[in-house]
Amino acid sequence: MKYCLIGINHKTAPVEVRERLAISESRLPEAVRSLASRPDVEEGIIFSTCNRVEVLARSVDIVPDLRGFLYGHFQMESSALDSHLYEYSGPDAIRHLFRVASSLDSMIVGEPQILGQVKEAYAVARSVGAVHSHMDALLSRAFAVAKRVRTETSVGSSAVSVASVAVDLAKKIFGSLQGKQVYLVGAGKMSEIAARHLIAHGAGAIFVANRTHERAVELAKKFNGDAIRFEQLYDMASEADIVITSTGAPHHIFRREHGEMFLQRRRNRPMFFIDIAVPRDVDPAVNELDGIFVYDIDDLQSVVTSHVADRQREASRAEEIINFEVQRFLERLDTLDVVPTIVSLQDHVETIRQAEIDKVRGRLGALSPEQELAVESLTKGIVNKILHTPITTLKGAAKDARQKDPEATTIIELVRKLFNLNSSRANLPRAAKQKTDVEKASLKS
Amino acid sequence: MFACALVYMPHLWMRVAVGLYGLGLLYALVALSGKREVLARIILPALGLGAIFHFVALAEAYVSSGELAPVTISQSESLLAFVLIACFFGVYWRYKTTSPGILVFPLVFLLSLSAAIGQEPPQFDSPLLRSGWILFHITLILAGYAALFFSFVSSLIYLVQEQRLKSKHFDGVLSHLPALEVMDDIGFRSLLFGFPFMTLGLIAGSVIAQASYGPTYFRDPKILLSILMWAVYMVLLFSRWSAGWRGRRAALLSTVAFIAATLAWTANYFSSVHRYVAQ
Repeated sequence: MKYCLIGINHKTAPVEVRERLAISESRLPEAVRSLASRPDVEEGIIFSTCNRVEVLARSVDIVPDLRGFLYGHFQMESSALDSHLYEYSGPDAIRHLFRVASSLDSMIVGEPQILGQVKEAYAVARSVGAVHSHMDALLSRAFAVAKRVRTETSVGSSAVSVASVAVDLAKKIFGSLQGKQVYLVGAGKMSEIAARHLIAHGAGAIFVANRTHERAVELAKKFNGDAIRFEQLYDMASEADIVITSTGAPHHIFRREHGEMFLQRRRNRPMFFIDIAVPRDVDPAVNELDGIFVYDIDDLQSVVTSHVADRQREASRAEEIINFEVQRFLERLDTLDVVPTIVSLQDHVETIRQAEIDKVRGRLGALSPEQELAVESLTKGIVNKILHTPITTLKGAAKDARQKDPEATTIIELVRKLFNLNSSRANLPRAAKQKTDVEKASLKS
Repeated sequence: MFACALVYMPHLWMRVAVGLYGLGLLYALVALSGKREVLARIILPALGLGAIFHFVALAEAYVSSGELAPVTISQSESLLAFVLIACFFGVYWRYKTTSPGILVFPLVFLLSLSAAIGQEPPQFDSPLLRSGWILFHITLILAGYAALFFSFVSSLIYLVQEQRLKSKHFDGVLSHLPALEVMDDIGFRSLLFGFPFMTLGLIAGSVIAQASYGPTYFRDPKILLSILMWAVYMVLLFSRWSAGWRGRRAALLSTVAFIAATLAWTANYFSSVHRYVAQ
């Protein structure tokens, strides 16, 4: 059994290549179906987001030709694709999946969307029947690992965009943004984004002032806010808890004396100025006033930078968790490998037992229910007692195989040979079903 | 002599409470080093349990001594520690922040430790102590002290957080401090809450002193300091209420009020009016 993964992402391929490979949501089921229908693929799943296209497949004995699948599906020349592709197999493929789901492989490390995208891809693959027990177990493990990374490290907790940093800071000042008034001075794109973030976090009324009043009216309409005439700029400002400035004015619009005036009118309630204009709209001296906090674009940017560094630091802790989890998953896989052998062994012996009972029944004549029961439990008892040690040994051997103990593999081989299990396995539908159940149970534990 | 050989039960409960409060002290120290995840999970149940043991110790001590009011300094310390921890839970219930604990826990621990070590079964009797008035007086005053301490703690936290926001440096251990307005709200509300207690407590004290000592009580250092504290308290409350003073100015006033309160508290050692212990 082997896991293989092939794909491109934002690190290996420019957007021109990625967009040619991107599979739209509506076409994804078809693509997954065609992947799973390949003879060399047992189970398969495809992840397609704007930053990556990846194909993950499980095969039984042979290495699946995933490159061939990609060339065929996208009708692309190998030369156009090969230099961008990465390929992983076995433990590396599992590790890669865990890293993707935990957002360690993302463009912005720790961004939360990727887990949802992986879950969607899983839902699609499941709905077309492309994943069964093994892939099921692998994916649910990946989700659990992602959750563990999220809760045990702070890789996704700090804000890494200017707008989200502004929201964070506002929360450090005001606690809740509920009902806080936001004043946009200058109607730039950046301030619009910042305002949108603040509103998403509960901020209340929006006022807009702009030198061109029409633009202010237009922007105010977007937020259900009010447009203020630029001449009345200072009258409204003391009402606002958060002021976002982005005018093209060559000089400071808000100076120290304005700040003092606002504070007096507000009875010292704090105010937060977000100055994203260059040259700056707010005199840095305003920040010296008790209760007014002024952040310019460089301040915000430097918080972003330090948070990005934090995330990178946390990411290395996350990698340790992932290494541990990969190891753990592989160990489970190994006990899983031995499960078919155990099941075939049990089935083999059970068939013998049934056959022997049938044979002897003719000679015994009619049996009373009590006698019937006694024969059943006698034969079953013998079978179970004999099988107990071999099964325990097999389970132990699976663990030893993990430690690369050559003897362990020999034991498993030997058992199969002794009982001639390789041939009897295929024609036992009951065993197959039971196998899946046992595997599921042992993987999900 | 024989009685001494037995374990005095309130002492035992008190020691258990002190042990649990010790976790609070540990939490406060660890919080400063930034790694508080593990302790954070157990700290509230541990302190809650501590407070319950503490309450049992207080109740049992009062019941067994037959005195309604705390008789010794240890007992007052114990009661104050209890009121503080109760206030902490009140603030936590309302604001869901444990940050005041950074300063409250150590104080609670020290007060209760001092109470547990210095604790001795009351050996004297005074008719004054059986009066309901004195319990009224002491409980109200202690609630006032606790409120003042909370106001002081929250202004300190406010200052630290303000400093961080102003300097634009967020690295390090204090990144989980609550928002400025939350601390401001805690500070202001605890003052509002404490002021009537303090005022009524002082009035009750004056009534008692007037009745038992006559007008000379007024020159007692404890009384003078208490009046000073009350005055600062009022100024503090008024300045916050009318001018919305916060940040540095509020913290400064809180500090003055807190120092006055501490002096008034320590004046127990010098006061003749307040020295219940037999002369």
